[in-house]
Amino acid sequence: MIWLNQLVQGLMLGGYYALLACGLSFMFGVMRIINLAHGSLAVLSAYLLLLLAERFDIHPLLGLVAVVPVMALVGWVLHRLVLERSARSGALLPLLSTFGLASVLDNSMFQSFGADTRSLAPYIDTLSYESWTLPGGVIVGQLSVLTFVVAVGLLGGLHLMLAQTALGRRIRAAAHDADTAQLVGVDARSVYAASTAIAMSTVAIAGAFLAMRATFDPYTGPQQLIFAFEAVVIGGAGSLWGTLIGGIVLGVAQSIGAQIHPQGFLIAGHVIFLVVLLARVYVADSVRRWIRTLRLRATTP
Amino acid sequence: MSLLEIESLEARHGLLTAVQGISLDIEPGETVALVGANGAGKTTLLRTLAGVHPLAAGRIIFDGQDVSSTPANLRVAAGMALVPEGRRLFSTMTVEENLLVALSAKRDGPWNLATVLEAFPQLKPKLKAAAGTLSGGQQQATAIGRALMTNPRLLLLDEVSLGLSPLAVQGVYDSLRTLMGKGTSQGTTIVLVEQDLQRTFAVADRIVCMLEGRVVASGRADEMTRDQVMAYYFGHRTPAAHEASTA
Repeated sequence: MIWLNQLVQGLMLGGYYALLACGLSFMFGVMRIINLAHGSLAVLSAYLLLLLAERFDIHPLLGLVAVVPVMALVGWVLHRLVLERSARSGALLPLLSTFGLASVLDNSMFQSFGADTRSLAPYIDTLSYESWTLPGGVIVGQLSVLTFVVAVGLLGGLHLMLAQTALGRRIRAAAHDADTAQLVGVDARSVYAASTAIAMSTVAIAGAFLAMRATFDPYTGPQQLIFAFEAVVIGGAGSLWGTLIGGIVLGVAQSIGAQIHPQGFLIAGHVIFLVVLLARVYVADSVRRWIRTLRLRATTP
Repeated sequence: MSLLEIESLEARHGLLTAVQGISLDIEPGETVALVGANGAGKTTLLRTLAGVHPLAAGRIIFDGQDVSSTPANLRVAAGMALVPEGRRLFSTMTVEENLLVALSAKRDGPWNLATVLEAFPQLKPKLKAAAGTLSGGQQQATAIGRALMTNPRLLLLDEVSLGLSPLAVQGVYDSLRTLMGKGTSQGTTIVLVEQDLQRTFAVADRIVCMLEGRVVASGRADEMTRDQVMAYYFGHRTPAAHEASTA
């Protein structure tokens, strides 16, 4: 029963990782940019929600109505001022510039909010600790379930937007081949800026759930980035549903790792990440070579 | 007034000058064929006109407006469309999505999903298929249809028959003849790059021969012979000799 419980807790935790990672995956899928400031931007959103809760007594989920558009605007400006210019010079410069941005954000938040550990849990009433008991005695937190549902809803919404809307078609066309997209009238610059705005909107939501389910401080961002990055890599960079699977695999691995050993939580997550990464590099390559050999044999008289 | 005026156009690939000193006027409704050996600069010229290759020097005037520094998507919005070499379809998107994405140009005109499918009926049963799974002829039809969805006044076609079976090439050219009479009152203006001289002579009003990035000869298709064009194609004949022979 303990293992079933850990599996369910891991599944719920995976929902949070998927929520955190979907913006990172979306930006990589569309623009091939890895935003190293992703975690720090989530923490920035958490602080914005905390400000609204402390000063105006606004529930964090209601506060998202204001914070999501603000973060979307931040995303648009971030693309126009930083990412667009740095991406012209290859893949390395966006990495360096977003790394620099993360440092600036972390230290600015430290300057503004201090080093105290904060949380939004006190502002969400019973949602932070209420739970449901499932058949078999497995207990799941209401906030965990809500996080999972929001993650699936958000990924589903993004999927629908990409598949069914004109903006989605433009985003997919620009992601596939920006030059050719321009040749059919797509303004790739605007599409990329809109994509960054969308990604930052998801970051705002992820920041809210980060702060509601745990504590945070100005330097929480880089650690969250690592979890998001691992979920994206496990699930397949750029794939939205892959991100959900990647998040769940990471969450279940951490949860089971924690059951095996008190320090197994982080180690198990990193191990599964490395295993998937190495399997992608070596096993997939070997399988491709094996298929090629079989094809060659089949066509050789 | 000419629809397209090219003045002393120059384009480079790094340090190499791919196209230089190109000056051409293209009239509304005209079909102009660019011919020349590989490396003559035809594709670079079309890509520069469309705005996806940087212009090093010169001016491009389209419909009276200087579009030399206009981004490619705004040239499409102004009425210029390129069907690139190799089709360059969005292979994971369906045929319908490939066509609909061209509505981003937001130009009114006779071309829409229904009229494109009328011009290319082979695409009707393939609308929901991923573009990457189509045959070469169907892919070329999709690429031309996608360009037409932007309702262009000027259509730039780069090697539309490349890699296609003779039957598919015939189908594409049959459709081209239909669209030549459609669009503006004068029909769609076309600049095409084609290696097949027989087809070039059949569809073009004017033939422009290019060699090593320059225009070496230009004349009405019904006034030039296949042998003359071949001579320019391989550089066996100079522009001076052409002027002398046509004088």
